[in-house]
Amino acid sequence: MTNSYFDNNVFNKGKAFIPFITAGYPTLEDTERFILKMEEAGADLIEIGIPFSDPIAEGPVIQHASTMALKAGTTLDKIFDMVKKVREKSQVPLVFMTYINPIFKYGCEKFYAKCNELNIRGTILPDVPFEEKKEFEDVAKLYDVDIISLVTPASNNRIRKIAEASRGFIYVVSSMGVTGTRDEITTDLGAIDEIIRKTTITKTAIGFGINTLAQAKEISKHSDGIIVGSAIIKIIDKYGSNSDEQIFDFVQSMKKAINS
Amino acid sequence: MTKGKYGEFGGQYIPETLMNEIINLENSYDFYKNDEKFKTELDFLLKNYANRPSLLYFAKNMTKDLNGAKVYLKREDLNHTGSHKINNVLGQVLLAKYMGKTRVIAETGAGQHGVATATAAALLGLECVVFMGEEDIKRQALNVYRMELLGAKVQSVKTGTGTLKDAVSEAMREWSKRVDDTLYVLGSVMGPHPYPMIVRDFQSIISKEAREEILLMENKLPHSVIACVGGGSNAMGMFYNFIPDKEVELIGCEAAGLGVDTDKHAASITKGSIGIFHGMKSIFCQDEYGQIAPVYSISAGLDYPGIGPEHAYLAQTKRAKYVPVKDDEAVYAFEYLAKTEGIICAIESAHAVYVGMEKAKSLNPDESIIICLSGRGDKDVKAIAKYKGREIHD
Repeated sequence: MTNSYFDNNVFNKGKAFIPFITAGYPTLEDTERFILKMEEAGADLIEIGIPFSDPIAEGPVIQHASTMALKAGTTLDKIFDMVKKVREKSQVPLVFMTYINPIFKYGCEKFYAKCNELNIRGTILPDVPFEEKKEFEDVAKLYDVDIISLVTPASNNRIRKIAEASRGFIYVVSSMGVTGTRDEITTDLGAIDEIIRKTTITKTAIGFGINTLAQAKEISKHSDGIIVGSAIIKIIDKYGSNSDEQIFDFVQSMKKAINS
Repeated sequence: MTKGKYGEFGGQYIPETLMNEIINLENSYDFYKNDEKFKTELDFLLKNYANRPSLLYFAKNMTKDLNGAKVYLKREDLNHTGSHKINNVLGQVLLAKYMGKTRVIAETGAGQHGVATATAAALLGLECVVFMGEEDIKRQALNVYRMELLGAKVQSVKTGTGTLKDAVSEAMREWSKRVDDTLYVLGSVMGPHPYPMIVRDFQSIISKEAREEILLMENKLPHSVIACVGGGSNAMGMFYNFIPDKEVELIGCEAAGLGVDTDKHAASITKGSIGIFHGMKSIFCQDEYGQIAPVYSISAGLDYPGIGPEHAYLAQTKRAKYVPVKDDEAVYAFEYLAKTEGIICAIESAHAVYVGMEKAKSLNPDESIIICLSGRGDKDVKAIAKYKGREIHD
């Protein structure tokens, strides 16, 4: 199935670069500024992480950022307020990445209605596999929000059915395990890409473990975009509220690298 | 399409990375649970290694003292490794071996499930890594050393609150890194399907035996069956074969810590709400934004912010009731059982003993109740002494 929003707004300027940021780390004011910086640097889509107390798919870097954001008092309502401020200045494509419990507890209907109001068109939910997504997708569809499907190195015989039912774009997980930078990515991403390409025209983005420009450039051969999370959080670990320029440079050089 | 549901509870809310392996586990379990060789071997181990069947002990002194219903104790504390946990791990580790795995990982709170898994892995020749919160490592140092003696590696979990829930999260993370040679041996009736079903099946031997034993001794079913609940495996095992006996009251005893009106408790059903976490839709202690709440109990084995999905269903349909028991009440029952019957039970089980004492008093002498003594209390002696203001130095 084709989805014009992501095709027309994210994957329409060469290979897409998709940075991730944990909302509220170190503060929501910082997150708001960092999002605008990322857009300015050429980010095609920004993944906003809604922090969860027990993120089972995250490595230590994003776990730590989530814990700090929650300690600083970040809540879903405050995140929506922050996005509203972003929307006063920018229509940069945004998706939420979070675990299902914060959405479930907030109220699925209320959550997706709010996403619609703020022009957030996708959610990435690492603890909602293909078998469980219907409950949430039925509601999300009503508000024009896609639930982004994930394909992993262990998906094998599941890739086709996941790809067939995909909406928005497909998140290809580069490696086994949790998020976090890796020196080496050994998965045969070309093979996964080939199955997806034979099945659907939905665009793909590869994430998990991508760290360096050379890695991003190499891996981007097998997808329409690249997602980077932990490497950005590490910049914020180091520079805190003063990460603006560092983030700008990183995003700009990544976008350039995957399109050179 | 969704499998493993108990009413609205249960399901498989886990990362895609683990889905094929979870499906593999379910298929393997479905196959081997009917395989004669597997069944014979498991049965042999339960009888000749774990010391089953466990006694249904008539607590004469307690019955006399409480002056009400006859009190029976299902003595899971007499199993090898000292708790009901061995029932499940022998099944799961044997299954891992039949599946061709060479390594098992497990989470542990009090250390009972970790010790049991390390034991089964030693017996069956598999590598074993146990994830344990750093707070629990401090509280249960003896069990940490036990696991190491048994050849297991104990991995300290420093994230979150450093307790059982964090150990579960870390075991899931580890499993998603390495599925080919590794099975995650889950210790309770929780997590994604098929775990709540597998663990319940392996633990249901408790009620299978107890039901036969009580009918033999009393010639009628008990008035009440009582067990403590953290994740809920001994309770599910103790309840399961009594569920069709509508006249038998099923009571789960949750850890109320310092009280359910404080923020220091682990009483999921009494104080929690519906959520989705650790692979299952169930009932959890959480805040208004769905952040999982830090929980507290004197008992490291009940210190979990959720409960297995089948318990959530039994609670919702009112087939079982769940009552909170505070630290001081559990400690009182712990001491009472020691003095009255000469049995030092686990502090987890003492939560059930407390409710059993109250229940027995309220019933007539022609009725009986069964309390599940899920484990023995050697591991708790030092902590209880400390609670009572006495430091024991090694």
